[in-house]
Order: sequence, then structure tokens, then C-alpha cells
Amino acid sequence: MNGRPRVAEDVWEGTNLLGVLREHMDLPGSKNACEQGECGSCSVYLDGRLVCACLVLAGQAQGRDIRTVEGLASAGVLHPVQEAFLEAGAVQCGFCTPGLVVATHDLLTRTPQPTTMEIREALAGNICRCTGYAKIIDAVHLAASRMRP
Amino acid sequence: MSARIGDSPRRADGPPKVRGDFAYSSDLKAGGMLWGATVRSPHPYARILAIDTTEARALPGVLAVLTHLDVPGRKLYGLEIQDQPVLAMDVVRCWGEAVALVAADHPEHARRAAQLVRVTYEVLEPLTDPERALTDDAPRLHPGGNITRYVKIRHGDQKARADVVVNGEYEIGMQDQAPLGPESGLAIPDSAGGVDLHVATQWLHVDRDQLAGILSLPPDKVRLRLAGVGGAFGAREDLSMQAHACLLALRTGRPVKMSYSRPESFVGHVHRHPGKLIYEHGATREGKLVYVKARVLLDGGAYASSSTAVIANACCFAVGPYECPNATVDGWVVYTNNPPCGAMRGFGSVQNCYAHEAQMDKLAAALGMDPVELRKRNAMKTGSRLITGQVVEGSAPVAELLDRIKKMPLPSPLPPQGAGLGRGARKVDLTQLPGGVSNTTHGEGVVRGVGYAVGFKNVGYSEGFDDYSTARVRLSVVNGRPRAEVHTAAAEVGQGLVTVQAQIAATELGVSDVVVLDADTQVGSAGSSSASRQTYVTGGAVKAACEAVRERVLALAQSEIGGSTGARLESDAVVSSRGEVMVTLGTLLGDAVIEETREFRPRRTHRLDSETGQADAHLQYAFAAHRAVVDVDIELGLVRVVELATAQDVGKAINPQAVEGQLEGGAAQGLGLAVMEEIQVKDGVIRNASFTDYLLPTILDMPPVRMDILELGDPHSPYGLKGVGEPPTISSGPAIVAAIRAATGRPITRVPVRPHDIVDT
Repeated sequence: MNGRPRVAEDVWEGTNLLGVLREHMDLPGSKNACEQGECGSCSVYLDGRLVCACLVLAGQAQGRDIRTVEGLASAGVLHPVQEAFLEAGAVQCGFCTPGLVVATHDLLTRTPQPTTMEIREALAGNICRCTGYAKIIDAVHLAASRMRP
Repeated sequence: MSARIGDSPRRADGPPKVRGDFAYSSDLKAGGMLWGATVRSPHPYARILAIDTTEARALPGVLAVLTHLDVPGRKLYGLEIQDQPVLAMDVVRCWGEAVALVAADHPEHARRAAQLVRVTYEVLEPLTDPERALTDDAPRLHPGGNITRYVKIRHGDQKARADVVVNGEYEIGMQDQAPLGPESGLAIPDSAGGVDLHVATQWLHVDRDQLAGILSLPPDKVRLRLAGVGGAFGAREDLSMQAHACLLALRTGRPVKMSYSRPESFVGHVHRHPGKLIYEHGATREGKLVYVKARVLLDGGAYASSSTAVIANACCFAVGPYECPNATVDGWVVYTNNPPCGAMRGFGSVQNCYAHEAQMDKLAAALGMDPVELRKRNAMKTGSRLITGQVVEGSAPVAELLDRIKKMPLPSPLPPQGAGLGRGARKVDLTQLPGGVSNTTHGEGVVRGVGYAVGFKNVGYSEGFDDYSTARVRLSVVNGRPRAEVHTAAAEVGQGLVTVQAQIAATELGVSDVVVLDADTQVGSAGSSSASRQTYVTGGAVKAACEAVRERVLALAQSEIGGSTGARLESDAVVSSRGEVMVTLGTLLGDAVIEETREFRPRRTHRLDSETGQADAHLQYAFAAHRAVVDVDIELGLVRVVELATAQDVGKAINPQAVEGQLEGGAAQGLGLAVMEEIQVKDGVIRNASFTDYLLPTILDMPPVRMDILELGDPHSPYGLKGVGEPPTISSGPAIVAAIRAATGRPITRVPVRPHDIVDT
């Protein structure tokens, strides 16, 4: 879990990964907005692949490598994606933000300089109800320009 | 933070939000915490014959099962009319109505126990047709009958006749606010019979006052603190889980958390009223409006919520932002057994804008006139009279807004038809076409349309409702530096209010270190975060409290170091009129603390006359205009919104980046109602209570928004600002529908527009 082995006790068999993160690991950053894989608010990495934590049964995650939004900032320094979301005004209520930050991190890992259309495609599974998305697109471009190798 | 008004600093709550450690109401925990669950009615209308909680109580892990018999105080609540049971008593009036509560040690135990509460119903035929609700043969759903409010406006000559007349009937579907954060909160009982509730809401004090009545506790024993709010848009004006969690916590003596699932959220809050609007417009041959007659019927569903205010808005602004000498408006909002409706961004002005803007386009066509030109000829301006008789003060730049969107460049045109077909075809970017990567067209059958709309609404409460906010500001020296603390009960729901409060304090006190304390009921009411009013009213309260603090600081400086006319606070110091530092605040204040609390009350408004609908009923108006460009696949009925353009007068942009965010986000919700979003209700039952079945605009659906933000001021408001949040949601959708009409030549009288409204089936 974010680079460290963690054990969760007394997990009910029906719990999903999102429930384990939020209720057993003290990692509430992954959000519970739709709990059926539509909104992307619970996006996390599972063995390096972007997944909705609500669609992964807790048992399926045993022994695997999980990285959540809480694992992106290092030593208190925000990741450039997080910085860009703040600077571009891409955060309003912020409930979708952790999922979008993780999905953007994933996009920029695969496609360091995405076009606007590539950004739209990559983030199509993340619903934001506040911003109308324009400033999210700005934020991704900004992050990409800052992360340029 | 030292950012002043007019700057766009980073949001103070931003870093925890991007890190994932901002504490939303659904993230809260406490030692020994129980989980609450709600038993809900599976019927839209039924008599309750019996409730048997025996099996539920026997389930291991269950600590309490409560029914209406366990409500110690008021059994009914409501924002304007107390008609909604905290827990159903003898009858349920809507699908999903709360009937009983469970508290258990695990959410799964609570859920299973809720299923074991046996309720015996006598199922009744639901009243689901709002037209029928008006008739005598409909069942009376509430003691006062089914008409929640009737609004009658008679303005000018009721017998006026016109050269050109157009008629239309329009229908609006039920929209959901769909804030991403679920209804949730944590109630913690204290040892003295009181309770602390941490909750996501739009108005702490109105929740507190309703809870005190329900719990039969004095208000000071019910303490609320705002938890992180995952969006609101009107959905958090009414109580949802607040009373239920408090009842369970007080009964069990343990902290109780409740957090709705998405399906439960759809029945956990009110929705935007669906409506039917019948209009007649009469105009001269030169295109001047002579009269408008409108009949507005809104379906309020089972309980009143804020329906009485929504119908007032729908009627007061029925004609749109136009001069119209004669008007006849009749509006009803009625009870039915459909889901309850209430506040949603735009609040009555969204429904009527679809109707009046369709009528203006129809009138333009009948006159052979350009639709924007027709609107400009009738545009409201400063000094115009509303159909309620009130004279419009302050800026009312309707014609200018229209000019500005008309002059904005248009997006590049559609490729010629068939360009993507056959040999030598150009590569087609499917994402730029209706249907997208579903590969439903390569350009054939796709037609572009452009449409315009303009709308307006009131800012702040209307009709005499006591509109005020309270702010406490405290100036002291911390580690040698002056710090201003701002304390209000105003709900940050995402709009950026915390940041704006800090900007105002930094501006007024000239200090760089401003801390905005958490909102709670330990300070006076701020009113709700709704009606586009918080920057105006709570901003005004913060400004007033800062001015009072500043006055005392300057008086202190005068007595300590002697006078200087025109001294001001700047850069953490008292500065002379020549700009020289007279004394730093750190030195001047020392150990002193200067604290002032102020209430800010904008001027009063008045209730509509019940016979004529005439009154100075409103505080301020906010105007916006939109242009929409759409591509429509006229063979399949698929729509792609290519671009939105908007111009809006915001008076003064206190935080320009946040203003842009309101314009873009509000337009997205307008797009949603126009072409995607509708709660499907059949026989009183919601059929699509999930994000799989209720379609919200994604990043692929939402086009770029060209923006022109005007700052024309207002003579009465703090800094000349105007409310910003709602106008973007009013005219954006009507502009899209106008563009679809332009592309298809079809009348399109219902939203959201569906494929079969465009294509004959």
C-alpha cells in the first residue's frame, strides 16, 4: 500500500477495495461517489494499472501493489499534477479531484505530452459536477509542460 | 495569504483537496462509532398499517431501531411549510420516504437490519399527474389541499392586442443536482443530553433550528459544524440524514455516522421541478413586445421544500430580461406523489428561460427578424420595469451581452458532407462528430446549428425573507506578526467562499496572514449558500466586521502615536496618506486583541401582492447570455455541442478564476438538462437512480466555453459585486436547444432533447 506492506483485520468478505482503503487503512482520499465504476472518484493504481477501487473486491487486492492519491505527494511536497490542479483552478468542491489527479498521473506517465483530445479520452471516466472540465484540461496541459523531461 | 479582491489566489482548501486528505462529511470517524441506515418506502403512496421492528432488533450488532414514535419533538419539518415527516407516521407520500432507522456496529449489519423492519402498507393509487392535482377529483395529499402556492401576476393592460401573436407549450424534465459527495454526517452525543453534528449542508443555522425542534432540545444543545462538502447546487438545503443521525446518537449514546449510497442519494434530496409552461407572446410588426401571457405549472412532488419560492421566481421572471408593458402570469406549484422538488441552481428561472427564449425565436421567425435583433429591441435596461412593477436599478446590460456573444468568433465550420467517405476521403476525427467513437457517422447527415439565449434571476432572498449574514473578525499578533481570523457560518460548498472571505479581510485590514475558521453555529447565521448570495451577503458581513476592526485600530494608532488624516492599513502596518509606515501592527497591538462581530443586511424586499403580483420583491438581478453551436446527426438524432460562448455581468470579479469556474461549471449543468439529464419517474418511482442510468456530462460532452466577463458594478452591493453562480445555468441550455432547432428545423418543445425528438420514429 503506497510502497509499504499493510494488513487489514476483520474485513467483511463483501467489502471492496474502496471500503478497505477508507475504513481499514485510514486512506479516505479515494472517494465514494457512485460505487459502480461510473465516476472515477475512487481511481487508484492496482499493480500499476488504473482501476476504480469500488469495482475491485478487497480479497482480489491481497498481496498486490496499490498506489492511491495519498501516495503521490512525497515528503509533503505536492506532485506536479497536484500543483497544476491548484494553480489552474481545477478544484472546486474537490470530491472528484483525487480520482482525477490519479487518472492524470496515469495519462502523463503513458503520454507525457497529450493533446486536448487525448486528455478528454483519458479522463472520460472521471465525472466532475463543479468545473465544467475546462480548467481540468488546463491543469493537465500545465502539468505536462512542467514534467517535460 | 495576502491576495486582495480582484486577485485569483490558490484556494486555501486546495492543498488538502489535491492530496486526498480534506475531510468530507463521508470521511468522518469517531471512537465507538455506529452506522445508521434508513428504512424507506417501496411505494409512492400508501397507508402504514403496522411497523414491526422485532426481527431487526434481534439481529446481532443492532443497537437501535427507531420509528416516528421515537421522535421526541416536532414530527414534521420543512424549509417554508412544515409538511414533511421526520419519519413517516400514518402515510407515505413518495417513493423512498423514510419510515424507520437502524443503528448498528457495522454498515452491513445496519443495512440487513433495515431490510428486516416489517412495514405493512395499504397501497394507494398515487397521484402523479400535476394537472390532475389541480382538480377536485384528485386525492388531497395534504390538509391544505394540493396547491402548494398559486402566483398571480397582472401587469398593465390585460386586454392588450398585438399585430403578431405566437403560442407555445413547453415541458421541462426533472433534473438532479448530483453533487458527487453523498449526503452524510457524524452525530456525536455529549454527556449533557446535547449533540454535535458534523455535516455537509448549505445552511448550518436552518438545520440547527429544525433539529432543535425535532429533538426537543434548546438550540444551544444542538451544535453544528460544517464538514467538507462535496458539491451542493441546492441539494443540501433541506434536511436529509441530519435529524436521523442525531436521533440515533441520542438514543444509543454513541457517535452515529450516516452516509447515503448513490441510489439512496436520489431519494435523499429534492430535485429541480419538472414543469409545463404555456405561453402566448404578442408584438408589434416592428418587434416590440406588447404582451406576454404565461401559465406555469410546476410539479412539487410530495413535500413543499422551497417550492413556494421557486414558483415565485418562475413567475416573476417568466418574460425573461425584456421590457414588456403588459403581462398575465398564472403559476401553480402542486403536491403529487412524485419525488419532492425544491432548490436547484437557477431556481425557477431555468424552467421559464426555456419557454421565453423559445417564444422569442418563434416571434423572430414570425416577424422575419434576426432573433438577436428582436431580443435587443426588447432588452431590459437600467430603469426598466419588471412585470412585477419593480424598477431595475444597477446595471442591466442585456443588449450589450447579446452584442458581445454575437461578435465572438465562431468555431471552424463542419467539413463538407461526405468528406470522410469513399476513395480519397480525408481522415475523419470521430471524436469531433455526434456519436463520437461509436462511429455512427463520418459527417453524413450532420447539420450545424447556432442558437442564442439570454436569462436573468434574482440574487439573494426575495419577498421580504430576512436576508442577512454574520461575521466575527479578530485581529491579534501571533509570533510578532498580525493575524486576522475570520469566523462565519457560511458554507463553503466548492464555490470558493473561504478564499473570497480571506481576500476581503486582506483587502480591508491590509494584513498578509488571514485565517478563515471552520464554519459552525458558534457564530451567528450566515444564511444559506444559495441564491448566488454568499459573496454579496457574507462577503458584506466580513467587510463590515473588518471595517469595524480597522476603525478601532486607527483610533488606537491615533491615541498612541498621534494623528494623521487619511491613515490606512497596509502591508501589516498603519500607513500615512503619503504612504509612510507610521507603526507596524505588531508594535501597535502588542498583546491587544481587537474583535468585532457584524451583521450585514441588504435592503429589504417585499412580498408579492396576492392579486396583482406587484411588489419590490427582489434585491439584485444577475444577467447572462449564451450562444451555442451544435452539430446534429439528423438521421440518428444525436447531438454534439461544439462550443458555448457566454457574456455575463458580474459587477466586480472578487476572484476572477473562481468566477470563470462558475461560468464554465454552471454552463455544464445547463448542457446537462438540455440534452442529457433527466430523472425518469414512472408511476411515482425513480427508474434511473444511479450514475449508470442518470447521464451526467463528461469531459467528452462538455465543449470549450468562450467567456466575456463584464464588471459593470452595482450601486448597492459590497465592492459593486453581483451574484455569479446561477446565471450560467439559466440561458446555456436554452441556447443549445435553440441551436438544435436551427439545425433541424423542428420545434423541440421538451428538454432534455432526446433522439426521438429529432428523428421520427
